[in-house]
Amino acid sequence: MLDFSIMADAFPNLLKGAGMTGRLSILILLLGMMLAVPLAYARNAQSIWLHGPASIYILVIRGIPSLLQVFIVYYGLGQFSFVRNSALWPIFRDPFWCVIIALGLNSAAYTAEIIAGALRQVPKGLVEAAQALGLSWFQTQRKVTIPLAVRAALPAYENEVILTIKATSLASTITLLDLTGAARLEVSNTFAPYEVFLTAGAIYFCITTSLSWLLRRFEVRLSAGHRNEERRVKEFQPVLPGIPDH
Amino acid sequence: MESCSSEGGTVVMSAVTKRFGSFAALKGIGLSVDRGEKIVICGPSGSGKSTLIRCINRIEKHDGGSIVVEGCLLDHRLTNIDKVRREVGMVFQSFNLFPHMTVLENCMLAPMLVRGLKAAEAEDVAISYLRRVRIADQAAKYPSQLSGGQQQRVAIARAMCMKPKIMLLDEPTSALDPEMVKEVLNTMIELAGDGMTMICVTHEMGFARQVADRVIFMDEGAIVEEGAPEQFFRQPKTQRARDFLSQVLH
Repeated sequence: MLDFSIMADAFPNLLKGAGMTGRLSILILLLGMMLAVPLAYARNAQSIWLHGPASIYILVIRGIPSLLQVFIVYYGLGQFSFVRNSALWPIFRDPFWCVIIALGLNSAAYTAEIIAGALRQVPKGLVEAAQALGLSWFQTQRKVTIPLAVRAALPAYENEVILTIKATSLASTITLLDLTGAARLEVSNTFAPYEVFLTAGAIYFCITTSLSWLLRRFEVRLSAGHRNEERRVKEFQPVLPGIPDH
Repeated sequence: MESCSSEGGTVVMSAVTKRFGSFAALKGIGLSVDRGEKIVICGPSGSGKSTLIRCINRIEKHDGGSIVVEGCLLDHRLTNIDKVRREVGMVFQSFNLFPHMTVLENCMLAPMLVRGLKAAEAEDVAISYLRRVRIADQAAKYPSQLSGGQQQRVAIARAMCMKPKIMLLDEPTSALDPEMVKEVLNTMIELAGDGMTMICVTHEMGFARQVADRVIFMDEGAIVEEGAPEQFFRQPKTQRARDFLSQVLH
C-alpha cells in the first residue's frame, strides 16, 4: 500500500515545484490576457485587415499541440543566428521565459476567442443607448461593453485558467522543476512513482479547485443584482399625481 | 468653416435616403421640425419610422440627403455627432437600461462622463428626474428588479438627465404589457408639457390626439401624409392612411 513516509519526505520539494508552477501560471495568464484583449477586438473588427490576421493566428495556435509550441520556442529559435545574436537571446535561452512565451501565446489565442465571443454577446441596444447618451467609443467600452463582457466571459475563462495551470506541466520537458518536474526528480530518487505522482496530483487538484471556487465567488459577486432570479415585480402600483416620493 | 449654426428649425431633413443592402428604408425624406413642436410618426411596420428617427442622432447613418440638428450638419465629423447627441435624448422600445448599474447609476452615467458633472451634482439631477417619473424610491435597484413600465420610466428619466433640447422616442410603449402602457404614456404627456421638442414613433393614437402638433404617416420609406392630428384622424387624405387607421383604431 501507500508509503506515507515517502509522501511526507517528498512534500517540501513538491511544494517548491508548485511555487514554480504558480509563477509560470500567473505570468502566462498575464501575457495571454494582455495579448488577448487587442486580439479579441481585432477578431470582431469589420476590416478584413484586422480580423483576418487575428483569425488566422487563433486558428494556427489552436491547431498545434502546446508541447510542440514549447519545443519550437525553446529548441527551434536558438537555431537562428539572428536570434542568438539579438538582445533577446538571454530570454530565449532561458527555459523559464520560453515556457511563458510559448504558453502565453497559446493562452492568448484561447482567451481572445472567449473575449471576442463575450463582446459579441453584449446587446447592440445597450451600445446604442450609450451612444445616444453621448458617450464616446472608449467610454462605451469602459462603462458598458467591457463590464458586461467580463461577466459573460468569466465561466469560460475559469476553464482557461485551469487548463493553463495544468499545461505548465509541459515546462518539465525542458528542464524546469515545476510541480511535475519536481515530482519526476523525486521519483528518480525514491523509485516510488505511485506515492510521489499521487501527491503531486493532489497538489494540482487543490490549486485548481480552490482557484475555480474563488473565480466562481467573484462571478457571483459581479452579477449580484442584475442577474436577480426572483424578479420583484410590483403587481399594483397606481400612479398618483401630486404625491411625492420619499 | 463654422460647423454648426443656429439658424432654421430644430431638425431639418431634406431628401434623406437610407438603404439596408438592397432594401430602401428611406426614400427621400423631407421634414422640418420647429422648436418645441411635438411630432408623432406612425405607419405600418417596415415603413421606415424607426430608421428615420434613428438617423436624427446618427445611431443610423443616412446615405443621401442632409440632416441638420440644432444647426449642426450630421456627416462624418465626429465633433458634430457629439454635439448633436448631447442635445438629443432617446428612449428605445426595449428600454436598454444598463443591467449592471442601479437605476441611479444609469441616470448619473452620462451627466458625469459627457457633461462633466461631479457625482453629487449628477445624483441631484438624477434624483430630481426620477422623482418626476415617480420612481425615485427604486433608485437603488437594478433594472431587472423592475417591471417593464418602471424600466421605461427610468429610461425616460435617464434621457432627461442630459437635459436634451430634443427627445426621440422609438415606440416607447410597444414592448410593454397592456396594463403598463398607461403609466408610461402619462409620463410622456407630462414630458410634452415641458416645452421640449419631441419626435415620437408610436401607434398610441390617443397620445397622438392629446399631445401631437403634427402627425406624420409613413409608408414604404416615404412620408405619405402629414397634418394636425384632428384633421389626420378625421379625414385622412390617402387610402393608405385610411387603411392603416382602420387597423390601429379598431
